Amino acid sequence: MSGSLFVQHLFNAVTLGSLYGLIAIGYTMVYGILRLINFAHGEVFMLGAYFVFFGISLFHLPWGVAVIGSIAVSSLCGIFVDRIAYKPLRSAPRISALISAIGVSFLIQNLAIVIFGGIPRPVARPDWLVQVMKVGEVRIIPLAIVVPLVTLALVLGLLWIVYRTKPGLAMRAISKDIETTRLMGVSVNKIIAFTFGLGSALAAASGIMWALRYPQIQPFMGLVPGLKAFIAAVFGGIGSIQGAVIGGMLLGLIEIMAVAFFPQLSGYRDAFAFVLLIIILLLKPTGLMGEKLEDKI
Amino acid sequence: MNNRSRDLALNSLALAALAAFLYWAHTSFDGYKIQILNLIAVNAILALSLNLIYGFTGMFSLGHAGFMALGAYTSAILILPSAQKQMMWIIEPLIWPLSVMNAPFFVAVLAGGLVAAFFALLIAIPVLRLGGDYLGIATLGFSEIIRVVLTNLNFITNGALGIKGIPSYANLWWNYGWLLLTTFFIVRLINSNFGNVLKAIRDDEIAAKNMGINTFFYRVLSFTIGAFFAGVGGALLGSLVTTIDPMMFRFVLTFNILMITVTGGLGSISGSIIGSVVITVLLEWLRIVESPMTIGSFAIPGIPGMRMVIFSLALILIILFRREGIMGMRELSWDMLFSRGSRARNHDEEGEDRR
Repeated sequence: MSGSLFVQHLFNAVTLGSLYGLIAIGYTMVYGILRLINFAHGEVFMLGAYFVFFGISLFHLPWGVAVIGSIAVSSLCGIFVDRIAYKPLRSAPRISALISAIGVSFLIQNLAIVIFGGIPRPVARPDWLVQVMKVGEVRIIPLAIVVPLVTLALVLGLLWIVYRTKPGLAMRAISKDIETTRLMGVSVNKIIAFTFGLGSALAAASGIMWALRYPQIQPFMGLVPGLKAFIAAVFGGIGSIQGAVIGGMLLGLIEIMAVAFFPQLSGYRDAFAFVLLIIILLLKPTGLMGEKLEDKI
Repeated sequence: MNNRSRDLALNSLALAALAAFLYWAHTSFDGYKIQILNLIAVNAILALSLNLIYGFTGMFSLGHAGFMALGAYTSAILILPSAQKQMMWIIEPLIWPLSVMNAPFFVAVLAGGLVAAFFALLIAIPVLRLGGDYLGIATLGFSEIIRVVLTNLNFITNGALGIKGIPSYANLWWNYGWLLLTTFFIVRLINSNFGNVLKAIRDDEIAAKNMGINTFFYRVLSFTIGAFFAGVGGALLGSLVTTIDPMMFRFVLTFNILMITVTGGLGSISGSIIGSVVITVLLEWLRIVESPMTIGSFAIPGIPGMRMVIFSLALILIILFRREGIMGMRELSWDMLFSRGSRARNHDEEGEDRR
């Protein structure tokens, strides 16, 4: 493989990895606090993409407004899902909440079919994002630089919220010990809603950039990236934001590079993540950066 | 007459009633209704097998679609005539021993179950060390891996084209026969000491371990037996719908089975059977909302996707407001029916517990 081709693959991998990483953050934050796999997270990703493109094509909003609006509405959707489907089950067995989450995931997918239609829609992309640039021998589109930069900015912003603000402090406290945090006078439910909002906003941002990178949207587009991003979160160590980003990046690298070096494996691409999951769970269930979760007796 | 012989007599009577009902259905029902009856039996087998894994042993498995796929492909390859196999595999010919192998339907279904059980055993040993939601995701991952592999192994599965024209041996007699066999086997299993161990693991694995139970062994065994019946269900389903392809075994199939098991009641055998009747009929009935209709002079176009909207909403409502499902952990038994006064029930021939 020539050097320039390798660099092109590397850009693809970092783009894909950024998108996985952004979704994975939402999984890891919710799991860190509630020990719940938010199965509907991939659907928020899908909604984010749809909201932008309907905002532009139906309401003729400018790009910036559509993006901000979509992220805002998507995070409200995330909060709403928590309020309706998870909050009543806080004291129920954990698997009940997971089944509810699976139900919500199917519900949103099929609502999207009813409302938006099941046919895949092409996405019109702004020209400046997709004009091919040549840097030496390497041919890339600006999007391949924009996506990682936006991701970096979002992750830095999130880390600032989590480590430098009061709500962030409360989030970290809840993930250590929810009952004690409640006794300290933190209104736990508000912080949980805030967490869902943050995670959903990042998923929506990822969905929008996904639709720009792979310019087609359809109601099932969130399912597979969502599952893979959860695997990335487990890979990085569930509960750790940095871990989720690193896990996402590594998963993106593995998917792109394995197919680049072994083209005969391209049919198996969607299986890599799951094989990886089974290997991690066997060798290091806590992931790369995760803390050990003890079962309380 | 003591209870035991009374139950035996009543069970035989119920079986005879079921046989008479099936004969009547076989001769006078139209094809669509017979298909629904068949689906009820197959779904009940699948729900029972998931109930054994999740409801009785407490292992949250989302791998049913994968096991069903293994069963369906195995039995389809075994019952297809060799000449048909030669014509159908157009991407790559079917590899040698499989291309000439043939088996009677019963053996083919059994083989489907065994292949599913074999793969379940293979993955059980690594995966069942996990618990709770991680196990769910790992088994879901396994099911997806199976689907990807089936799409790519053209020389065994005919790839994305799938297998068409599978002989439709799976009639009412076969399906209900297998359902009776499954029910009988699982009831005996659950009421044996083995079943007590499974329930102990479900209720408190650490306590069970402290009692000196090798919980891992029992979990693996329960998972493998469950997968066997999932494979059987898949094999019957393949012969029932006569066409299988990898897209058929997506996650939504597992979701439907999970829905039946949860609706019927986790840890209730009669619940799984009742749940299967309710959900299968509901799913068919809900097709109405997706087909165009006219009420008076208004023409309402069909709304694709509406069926699954209502269906998933129903699951959420059940989990939120009636987590124990229809039956909870209770069983329908003759004692219960008699103590409540012999209320006539519509579906008692499918519903009662054959102890």
